[in-house]
Amino acid sequence: MAYVAIADRDHEIEHHDPQTFITKYVWSQDHKVIAVQYGITAIFVGLIALGLSAIMRLQLGFPDQFSFINPENYYQFITMHGMIMVIYLLTALFLGGFGNYLIPLMCGSRDMVFPYLNMLSYWVYLLSVIILITSFFVPGGSTGAGWTLYPPQAIMAGTPGVDWGILLMLASLAVFIVAFTMGGLNYITTVLQARCRGMTLMRMPLSVWGIFIATVLGLLAFPALLVSAIMMLFDKILHTSFFMPAISLMGADPGYTGGSPILFQHLFWFFGHPEVYIVALPAFGIVSDLLSTHARKNIFGYRMMVWAIVAIGGLSFIVWAHHMYVSGMNPYFGFFFATTTLIIAVPTAIKVYNWVLTLWEGNIHLRVPMLFAIGFVFTFIHGGLTGLFLGNVTIDMPLSDTYFVVAHFHMVMGVSPVLVVFGAIYHWWPKISGKMYNETLGKWHFWMTFLGTYSIYLPMHYLGFQGLPRRYFAMGNTEFMPDSAQDLNAWITMSALFVAATQVLFFVNIIWSLAKGPKSDPNPWDATTLEWQTPDNPPKHGNWGHELPVVYRWAYDYSVPGYKDDFIPQNVSPDDAPAGRDHGGAH
Amino acid sequence: MTIALGFLAIILATLLGWLLKQSFNTQPWVAETVGETANQGPLGTNSRLIGLLTLLAVVSSFFALILSAYALRMELGDWVPLSEPQLLWTNTVMLILASIVFQWTRNAAVSDQLSRLAPGLILTGLLTTAFIVGQLVAWQQLQATGQLITNNPANAFFYFLTGAHAVHIVGGMYVWARATVKVVLGKGDDPTIARSIELCTIYWHFLLLVWLVLFGLLLST
Repeated sequence: MAYVAIADRDHEIEHHDPQTFITKYVWSQDHKVIAVQYGITAIFVGLIALGLSAIMRLQLGFPDQFSFINPENYYQFITMHGMIMVIYLLTALFLGGFGNYLIPLMCGSRDMVFPYLNMLSYWVYLLSVIILITSFFVPGGSTGAGWTLYPPQAIMAGTPGVDWGILLMLASLAVFIVAFTMGGLNYITTVLQARCRGMTLMRMPLSVWGIFIATVLGLLAFPALLVSAIMMLFDKILHTSFFMPAISLMGADPGYTGGSPILFQHLFWFFGHPEVYIVALPAFGIVSDLLSTHARKNIFGYRMMVWAIVAIGGLSFIVWAHHMYVSGMNPYFGFFFATTTLIIAVPTAIKVYNWVLTLWEGNIHLRVPMLFAIGFVFTFIHGGLTGLFLGNVTIDMPLSDTYFVVAHFHMVMGVSPVLVVFGAIYHWWPKISGKMYNETLGKWHFWMTFLGTYSIYLPMHYLGFQGLPRRYFAMGNTEFMPDSAQDLNAWITMSALFVAATQVLFFVNIIWSLAKGPKSDPNPWDATTLEWQTPDNPPKHGNWGHELPVVYRWAYDYSVPGYKDDFIPQNVSPDDAPAGRDHGGAH
Repeated sequence: MTIALGFLAIILATLLGWLLKQSFNTQPWVAETVGETANQGPLGTNSRLIGLLTLLAVVSSFFALILSAYALRMELGDWVPLSEPQLLWTNTVMLILASIVFQWTRNAAVSDQLSRLAPGLILTGLLTTAFIVGQLVAWQQLQATGQLITNNPANAFFYFLTGAHAVHIVGGMYVWARATVKVVLGKGDDPTIARSIELCTIYWHFLLLVWLVLFGLLLST
């Protein structure tokens, strides 16, 4: 019996609409509801991490002024801030939130291929968040081992949270990986199997490509984190010696023999580097769509953009040891990884050129999503350039573990993708909620966030050049740090508190829009992609009404010469295109 | 990390090669109707199989990484190899038989010989349970001779590898149980059961392959 594609047997598949409040909004199998659930949970836990960073900055800017911050809990704050932001906010939001919402809609399908598994993936993610938050309240508090959780310190006395915190952290990560795998199965299978008629892979919007390749990366890289988490749990609970070398603890012998801490570093960074691309690739994809929609211009070099995403994804697996240059490795080892790191900069740079060329002579509408998208390009270029510094072994030697690294990764992970998150939420807000947000408030939010984050991280690079080490509770009376460095730290703290407070504008906008916002046009940006062509706004369960859409063109028919409108939606056939002449393939 | 990188190279080459082939000679900006049917995935087959294959890629990555760690650790000078209990050979035979019976059951399901489903599934369950129980007994035998998990890295990896493999078998037993309950309750003609048995068979064969690789590596190091 030959296989019939899902989109072709749509009329034979039984479609059940949920009826009760619980099945519609709580135990929902609808990808849109699950996406919102992921989004709310991720943002909630992200706000906790933002609060932690504010406390950290208080200590750094005004050392020893606050009695509730001591060296022990400072490290707990660093660790939880980092882990939450990277994994529980950014990964969950881009893949669980935007992936769930956009993939079925942009591919023209009714829902994910495994809706029950999709629903489970959210609740298991929530469980992992609960386990993580619980670690704040157990005896000894959460782990203070740094988000990188390096052994032997992570499970030895002297590090905060060594009794319970580290166990809960590792357990929470394991549960998160299970949730991510369940979600990942859905995203892969839906993109491969459930695209509507005419939606070839090369007609998919770049948002889907970014999320799709990021999912592939995650499915192959997260097992490395799982292996290292299980091994560390064994070392802690069962007293094995996977990572724990033969060391003595305060004169006594804890009984470990001959483990290798470097093994952990290899396993962790084998996951850790693809992880940052798991965060970056969806951002790249979404930015391409935001820029082309609001500049009324096709993305420049669509095929190169797809190949660049694929190349970045593949290369990301062979650069991991650039996080380990100072681990005492063989210099030739470092040379190899520096080379691959510089190679991966090439497709990334191609993407940057193409974004700029998309804007070039475009009909740019500086709406709020566009501002955030352009802000991404600025901050990503900035952060990416500093990455080139750090990718070279010799330059990394003095800069490693200084604030230069902190500034670099905050620019590329904390600022750029977060600007994309905001841009994406503003962009798709009319689709998700059916309402419009307040443009003025959005613009204030953008400018204050964009200029504020520059004010935080630009000076931080100088602190790194000075040699200010990261993960230090206080500088004390060290002579090589001039007093002006402390002034700079105070400035950075004030900027950070300012930016944190600014985010209130975003929430006020959202709440105002939900309560009092005007009903939005179904396609307010005149976008071409399928999610804007649904019969209902916001889309109902099943997304498309009785008939699935049929796609005739790519996602970037903006300002096509000879046509009355400056956009042609993907599901408009060449015969029906409004008042245009037939191009007949010649271009 | 060579084992993990090698595995990754194969998976990525396949997937990315297919993706790039799809995209090579296309001109996405040309608008036209593409075919009368919706696009099919890489294997032109049902979604549950694609989902299972994706899961198998994840599980393979997991085991490849543990094996990479194993190889890395083995290089350090203090490696003391573990001599595996003979019982593991018996367990291996149990797992091979389980795969064979599952394949036979799957052929029966696909060719609609429903009367064979119940005995086939139950026999598979018994053989697989025999494997798991046998693994636990092997662990006990090791502990009785003083080979604890904490003794040395070889032991630690042995317990970890065999434990991880057994956990994945138990996970598969959940799906097996659902299918078996349905068959035993007389609903053997439900089309989802045939599909379930097909997927389970692939999973069992995969775990057998993983076990053979693990066992071979443990024996030779």
